[in-house]
Parts: sequence; C-alpha cells; structure tokens
Amino acid sequence: MPDPRDVRVPIGPQHPALKEPESFLITLRGEKITSVNIRMGYNHRGIEKACEERTYIQDLYLIERVCGICSHAHSTCFVQAVEEIAGLEIPARAKYIRTLIAELERVHSHLLWLGVAGHEIGFDTLLMYTWRDREVVMDLLASITGNRVNYGINTIGGVRRDLDASQIEETLKAMDILEERTKYYVGIAQEEITLKKRLSGVGKLSYEDALRFGAVGPTGRASGVARDVRRDDPYAAYAEINFNVITDNHCDVYGRTVVRLKELLEAFSIIRQLLKKFPDGPIVVKAPRKIPAGETVSRYEAPRGEDLHYVRANGTEKPERVKVRAPTLANVQAVSHMLEDGYLADMPIVVAAIDPCFSCTDRMSLVSNLDNHRTDVLPWEVLRRRGIEHYKKQGVDFSVLNKKLANVLGK
Amino acid sequence: MLKQLFILLVFPGFLFLLTSGLLAEFIDRRLYARLQNRQGPPWFQPLADFIKLLGKEDIVPQEADTTVFRLMPLVALSATVAAFFYIPLWGTEAMFSFNGDIIVVLYLLMLPTLCFFLGGWYSRSVFSSIGAVRVLTQLFAYEVPLFICILASSLLANTWSLSGMAAFYSKHPGYWLFNLIGFGIAFISLLGKLEKVPFDIPEAETEIVAGSFTEYSGRLLAFFRLTIDIELIVGTSLLAAVFLPFGFGVGPYIGFVIYILKVLLLVALVSLSRTIFARLRIDQMINLCWKYLAPLAFLQVLLNLIAKGVMVK
Amino acid sequence: MKKRGKVLRQVLSSLFKKPVTTHYPFEKEKSGMPKGFRGKIIFHPSRCIGCKMCMRDCPTGAINIKKIGEKQFEAEIDLGKCIYCAQCVDSCIKKALEYSKDFELASTDRGKLKVILDAEPEKPNAEPEKPTEK
Repeated sequence: MPDPRDVRVPIGPQHPALKEPESFLITLRGEKITSVNIRMGYNHRGIEKACEERTYIQDLYLIERVCGICSHAHSTCFVQAVEEIAGLEIPARAKYIRTLIAELERVHSHLLWLGVAGHEIGFDTLLMYTWRDREVVMDLLASITGNRVNYGINTIGGVRRDLDASQIEETLKAMDILEERTKYYVGIAQEEITLKKRLSGVGKLSYEDALRFGAVGPTGRASGVARDVRRDDPYAAYAEINFNVITDNHCDVYGRTVVRLKELLEAFSIIRQLLKKFPDGPIVVKAPRKIPAGETVSRYEAPRGEDLHYVRANGTEKPERVKVRAPTLANVQAVSHMLEDGYLADMPIVVAAIDPCFSCTDRMSLVSNLDNHRTDVLPWEVLRRRGIEHYKKQGVDFSVLNKKLANVLGK
Repeated sequence: MLKQLFILLVFPGFLFLLTSGLLAEFIDRRLYARLQNRQGPPWFQPLADFIKLLGKEDIVPQEADTTVFRLMPLVALSATVAAFFYIPLWGTEAMFSFNGDIIVVLYLLMLPTLCFFLGGWYSRSVFSSIGAVRVLTQLFAYEVPLFICILASSLLANTWSLSGMAAFYSKHPGYWLFNLIGFGIAFISLLGKLEKVPFDIPEAETEIVAGSFTEYSGRLLAFFRLTIDIELIVGTSLLAAVFLPFGFGVGPYIGFVIYILKVLLLVALVSLSRTIFARLRIDQMINLCWKYLAPLAFLQVLLNLIAKGVMVK
Repeated sequence: MKKRGKVLRQVLSSLFKKPVTTHYPFEKEKSGMPKGFRGKIIFHPSRCIGCKMCMRDCPTGAINIKKIGEKQFEAEIDLGKCIYCAQCVDSCIKKALEYSKDFELASTDRGKLKVILDAEPEKPNAEPEKPTEK
C-alpha cells in the first residue's frame, strides 16, 4: 500500500547522473530515499551470442568492446581462458607487456572515476583537472598500443606489439608526473572540507554486508574485504611483482575514494617494477586457429573489481560458449542497499562510487512472458521448460536423455 | 516622458541590464573555464545561447498550469529589472528612491526565487517539484542572514533608503569597514540566491536534471536564463552599493568605471567560489546558514549598534 | 588539516597558464598522432596474392578483396564498419596491408565511407572529406 507522502522518482533510464541507461526507481519521502528498485537490461547487446558466431581472433576485438574503459581487462581475461584451453604458455615478455597495459589502464580508469565522482557532487574543477592529467596516460597508451581505448594489444599466444627503449623511458617519465598529481589529489581528498562533507558517511556498506552482497574490487576493499585477484590468483606477471592490496575501513564513498587513490600510487610502483625487470625475448608464440575442446574459467582484477570469463571450446575455430561476468554485476546488488535511507542528493555519488559500467553488466535480458503478454521475471522452472520445448522442436529431446540419466543415477 | 522611457528601456534600464547581464555571464563562464585550465566560450556565446533559445519552440507540459507556467519567467524578469532602479550605482542617488526602498529592493529580489518555485511547482513534473521545494527551502535558509546584514548596514547609516545609505557612507568614509562581516555573509547568501555552486542545490544537474527549469524550453527558458544573468548584476550591484560604498563623489565617468570594477570583482568572486567548492547537500546548506551565518549576522547588528552609540553622534 | 578551498592556489595559477584544450577542429596539435597509431588502412596491390586471410580475420567484415584481373586485386574497405584493430595487417602474410595515422574519416554520406584502395599505395584516392589538409 503506497504511502501518499511517498514520491516516486525515476532516475533513468535517461538521466544526467547516469552515463549509461539503467533504471533506478526511487521512492522518496522528503529528501530521504525509502526504497530503490533497480532494473537492468537496457544495454543488452548480445555480445556473448555474437562471440559464438565468430572465430577466436575476431572475438578478441569483440570482447575488447564489452567495456569502454576496462577494454584490456576483458580482452586479457578472455585470451587467458583460450590460452589455457589450448595449453599455450606465453613468453615472459608478453606477460610483462600485458601487465603493464593492465596497470596503465587502471591508472586511466581510476583518474576517470575521480573526475566523474567530482562531477556528481558538483565539483567540476576536480573533473577538469583529473581528466586533463588523465591525458598523460591516454597519450602513453596510444603511443604504446596504437589506440587510446581499444588497445588491441592482446592476441592468442602473446601480445601484438613490443615496447622499445624510448617508450619505456616515456612511461617512466609519465609515471613521475602522474605520481605528483595523484599525491595532490590525495591531499585534496583529505583536506578539502566540502568534498569530505559530501563523501564521508554516504553510501555505507559494512564489512558483513560487503561479504553478503559479494562486493568486489575497490567497493569491497573500502569495506575491509581484502580481496584482489592479482594477489589471490596471480595471472600474467603479477606473481613476480611486490604490491600491497589496499583496504580501508571507512566503509563509505570516502573510503572508496581513498582506496582508488592509493591504488593509483600502488599502480605507479607496479609499473616501475615491471619496467625494471622487463625480460627480453619473443612476444608471441604461434597459436592454432582451432582450439581443442575444453572449458575453463579465467579471472582478472579489472579496475572496478574481479572480472570473470567462462569459455568452452569444441575443437573448431569458434568458441561454443562465452560467458562474461563483469565486476559491476557483482557490485550492483550492494547499491540498492547503500542507497536506502540516504538522501536523494547522494544518489548520483553512491551509484558512481562503485564505478558502474552497465553495458558490461547487461549480459542477460528480461524475457517477456508470452502467456500473459507482460514483461516479468520468469522463474527457473518456466525457463527450463521453455528450453526443453525449444530443443524438442529442433529435434533434440532431452527428456529421453534425462530419463537415461535418472536411471543411471537411480542404479 | 521621453527621458523616463529612456531610463526604463535603455539606460540603466532593460537594454543596459541585458548587455551587462550577458556580459557578466560570459565573464563568469570564461573565468570559470580559465580557472579550470580550459579555453572557455567565445564572448558572444551567452548572446548566441539566448537567441537560439528564443528561436526554439515553447513546450508546455500537458499537466502544467499554463497561465502560471507562462507567466512566471516574465514576472521574474520584470521584478529583477525593477529592483535595479532603486540601487545607487555611481552617484549617491539612485534613479528612484524613497525612504524604505531597501525593503522594496529585497522584496523584488525575492520575487524571482518565488517565481522559480511556482514555475517549477506548476510544471507538475517530479524533478521540477523536487527542485521547487528545494528552491523554497534554500530561500528560507539564506534570506534571513542576507536581510539582517543589509539591515545592519542601514542601521549604522540610520536610514531606510539605499541612496541615503550611500550618502551617509560617502560622508563618513571608512565606516563601511564596520560591515565587513556582513559583506562576507551577504556574499555567501548571494551565492545561494543566484544558485551557484556550492549552493546550486535546486538545479543540481546530476540529481534532479535542471530542478525547476526541467520542463521549461524555448523562449520561456530564455527569459529565466536572462533573469538569472540580470540577477547576478543586480545582486552584485546591491552588494557593491551597500558594502563597498566608496568612489561615489568623483563624477559620472570615473564613478562608472569604479562601479564596473566593483561588479567585476564580485562576479569574479562568484566564479572563483564556483570553482573551488563542491556542491553541498540541502541539509548541510541549511545547517551552515542557521548555525553560522545567522548568528554572525546578529553579531554584525550588535557591532553596528555599539558603533553607532560610540561614534555617530 | 581540514580546509575550505584547498584547490584555490592551483586554480589561481591556472589563470596564468595556457589552456590545455584547443579549438579542434580549427586548431590541431602539431605533433599529431603518435607513431604506430592505428588509423586508416593502406593497401599495396602489387604485393597482394589474393589469399583473403584479411577477410577471414576481420572482426567486422569491413574489408573485401576482389579479383579484377590476372593476379590483380583491389581492396574495398568500409570505413563505417572498420574498427581500426589492424588485425588484417597482422594477418597479411605478404605485407600488402599497412595502417596510416589518418583518423579523421567521418562523413555525412554513407556512400563515401566505402573506399576502394586500389590506387597508389602512398596516396590513397577516393577518400572522404579530408579535413586534415591545411
């Protein structure tokens, strides 16, 4: 029974606070949020299905475009899975280059986030400054990989481009500039009072809740959940690098800001270590066009959190199934919890604080219920029944198989 | 008769305010951009925006109250322009003045804010309504410190007319230094009135789209935008007349230059505060106004009463 | 520790700095794009053997190699489809394809986006509007 004092405010699918379409239906009492209803699926692009129609090489570039910011994250995660199935061991230099690009990407993503966060709380100067400084790393990425965002550096069996000595020097120089700037931003975050007032105590997510909702990446780490795939399940060259997993106990948006800023400083140190140890040798090994049958899951610590790809190969040139679980999907559950009992004014910054990437997240779509011509969520049983019917029409009858299986299990 | 018309329409009336308002918007935007290390818009951008909006279609929402919706931008604009005539600019005499015109000016300056509220409220859209409520909430927060500060200044001058105040302060040079606290408070309140960062809460873009103005478009929006520009000029002129009352007795030409410099200084301060602060939340804004600004404003009154008793015989 | 207007000093010093933004496209950076930037594809018809590996690997199907005569091939590329990944350059075993730094390829005419790359390799003709020229 809706209370007459309640106002329902639709934030999205089209709203200036959201950079991508997603619907947050907010119920307000005065300026306070009483409940939030999140609906996703406005950005579904059918990428997973499209992957099944293309060869592994083509998929690389498609997967890279899952996300506009962490493009290297998705492409590396996918290519790692494929290499694991094919049993390829990539050269050490390729590993280092992949790690280098990954960290540069983290730098650009976190700086971008800081600017967006500034904009959401009406602090546009921070946005202009961080994005200006972000150009340093963008130019660097363009010069190393050949493009500003969709780097296209990965290929199955290694990387496509090598770094020369001048590029290494350029990178080290850029790191010095960026480190100085980042320290300045740390100073702003710690001292500027209007900024601190808007960030601290907002969007609380306790340690228990972070675990319960499965928050990943900086969102989880700002609530004290010390989880980082780079340390827990090292990939690429991370096993050979010393770095700290940054955590914070503020459990609010301010904590998430601090975690990201400190991660930036950590990223600079990782990049310096990488360039110091840079091994010589080839950058790519020959990969077969047809990947042998097999399946695997690959994990990757993207700037927004843990990214997960599942790939199943069937011995042909094309994968049989690709599944992408982007970090935002893991974090979005926590958002509605964080928003409740907060102010409407804090809604943009709370949503922005998980660094959402909705187009990464929208892997599934709602199926409209043909029985009563309404759009609603179908229960698993209904979906399963539909699937069986669908395959029956195509001549595949699972019920026979199921019976056989039941017999086997029964015996 | 012709002179009256000239005053109303050309100088210092509508035409002067139009140009100076658009110019002030340009200076504000350009300075804001340069402070952020950007190029910023060219000088004709505010005018181009204004003309563009004039050429666009007016859309009135079906649910909205058409009369109020259409009337509000015009009322807001005319109230702001009317307020300007009572403010002394470079001489001690304003165009029109009578004892008690301070109250009229403050009232006329409150009207646009009320119009923003009514326009937003009668748009009937969710974002407009929330914006409208915030406009009103914010009004109650900044208006009291602003009034008290200006009244404190007039208390010292012992007059209820802005022209009289200007005359008093130019006769007693240096007395305006008593009002420095009041100047600071009035400036902060002015930021609230002009809805500039950190007090742009009623039109916080990332939360409620454009607040009260969400449903406005075309000519009506152009008038609202113009009102805000002119309000910037009128508000800074008022502050300049009340709190920076010097350079009045030097003739119209130099006096005009001094007046322009004062307004420019205040506009620059507005841009600067827009650059260095983040937007506050409405509850934080009210806290700030009632916890700190209002008591400080009363302190100003007390100070002026003592000063009056001791110095002005 | 806590301060209001922490950015004040930086902000005021920006007043005396040259703005970092430029009036693109009227003003362009002199240094241009970095070396190795992946822009528009260049085709060397004399080296092409018509194996069509580039067509096979192109993720978007933007490139199309046509036989126009005995051992003569032309490459048609749809700039609207091309994602400038340069996989075709990697796939080409005869190095008949190359990338240039040219990236300002937008056009209001869909037809102009289909470009045939069969002429002089260094100066590809039949280009859409080329705003780079001063």
